[in-house]
Amino acid sequence: MSVDVTPSIARGGLVDRLLRRGPLEAVATTIIAAGVVMLMQPFLLTLYSWSFATTLFGTVMFTIVSKVRE
Amino acid sequence: MNELSASSRITYRAVMVRPGVTRRIRGLSDRALAWLFITPTIVLLLAINIFPLLWTIYLSFTNYRANRSNVPTIWLGADWYQSILTDPDIWAAMQVTAHFVIWTVVIETVLGFGLAYLIDKKFRGHGMWTTIILLPMMLSPAVVGNFWTFLYQPQIGLFNYVVAFFTGRAASSFQMLGDVTLSPWAIVIVDAWMWTPYVMLICLAGLRSIPDYIYEAAEVDRASKWRQFWSITLPMALPFIMLAVLFRGIENFKMFDMVNLLTGGGPGSTTEVASITLKRAAFESWRTGYSSAFAIILFVTVFGLANIYVKALNKVKSR
Repeated sequence: MSVDVTPSIARGGLVDRLLRRGPLEAVATTIIAAGVVMLMQPFLLTLYSWSFATTLFGTVMFTIVSKVRE
Repeated sequence: MNELSASSRITYRAVMVRPGVTRRIRGLSDRALAWLFITPTIVLLLAINIFPLLWTIYLSFTNYRANRSNVPTIWLGADWYQSILTDPDIWAAMQVTAHFVIWTVVIETVLGFGLAYLIDKKFRGHGMWTTIILLPMMLSPAVVGNFWTFLYQPQIGLFNYVVAFFTGRAASSFQMLGDVTLSPWAIVIVDAWMWTPYVMLICLAGLRSIPDYIYEAAEVDRASKWRQFWSITLPMALPFIMLAVLFRGIENFKMFDMVNLLTGGGPGSTTEVASITLKRAAFESWRTGYSSAFAIILFVTVFGLANIYVKALNKVKSR
C-alpha cells in the first residue's frame, strides 16, 4: 500500500509561498495604488466613490500583512 | 589611603544629600529607566498626534460646527463620507490635485535626475554648482510664494519679461496667476523650481552608491555609454528615484501653503487643490464635521502612500 503525498506537498508549498510578507505586501501596495488612482481619475464618478474604501482596505491589509513572517 | 578615604567621603556625602532618590534610581532596571526617558515623548505624541486624530475621526461622524459649539452634536454616521465621495466639486478638486501632483513629479524627476547625472560627473566647480542648485529648496514656501507672485506680475514681473523676450509676445499680454489655462501651470513651475534640487539630491545619492567596478567591467566588455546608462545607471538608481517620486507625490498631494499664497485656489477653482477645499470647508464655511471627514479621506490616502514609501525605503536600505 502506498500513499502519494506529492499533491499535498505542492499545495503546502504554494500556500507557503503565497502567505509570505513579500507577496502579500505587494498585493496590498497594488490595492492602495489602485485606490489612489481611482480617487484622482477624471473618468468615472463611481470609481471615485469607491476609492476611499479601496485605499482603506489596502492600508489595513498592508498594516496587517507587515506583521506576517518573512 | 588618603585618596580612598576622600572618594568614600564624596560618596558618603552624595548618599547623605538624597538617599531616598539615589536608592530608588539604583533600584530601577534598564528597561524601567528606558521607559522613564521615553514616557514624556510618548505622552506628547499621544497628546498632539493620536488624540487629535481620534477626535477628528469622531467629529467626522457628527454635525459639529466649531463656530457653533453650543449647538447639540448629532451623530450622522457615514453621511459626510457619502456626501464627499459623491460630490462632483470635490471630485474636480481631486483632479486639480492630480494635475498638480503628476506634472510636478514628472518634471522634478526628469530635471532632478538629469542634474544629478551632470553633477555626478565631478567637473570643475561642481561643489559650488551643487550649492547654488540647492538654494531654492532651503527657502520657506511662504517666501517662495510671495516672491513668485511678484515674478508673475504682468506689468513688472521678470517671468513675463523673460517669456516675452523668447516668444515675442508683449509681457503684459498674459497673466500667469489670473488666467484659467495658465494658473495650474504657474503653480507647477514654482513647485518644480523649488523642489527639483531635492529630487536631485536623492538621485545623486543613488548615483554615488553605484560601485565603480561595475562600470569598469562594462568598459572591459566594450559596452557603450548609452548601454551602460540603460543597463547599470538607471536600474541601480531606480529605487532612489522611486523614493523621490513617492516623497514628492505625498508632499504635493497635501500641498497647501505655496498654492494658497500664489493663487488661493483661483481663478475660480482652477487651482483649488484638495487641501484648499478642505481649508475653505473648515475655516470659511465652518463645516467642521464635513471637513473632518474630508481630512480623514486625505489622511488615509497619504497613510497608504506612506506605507508604500516605507517599503521602498526599506528596499533602498537593504542594498
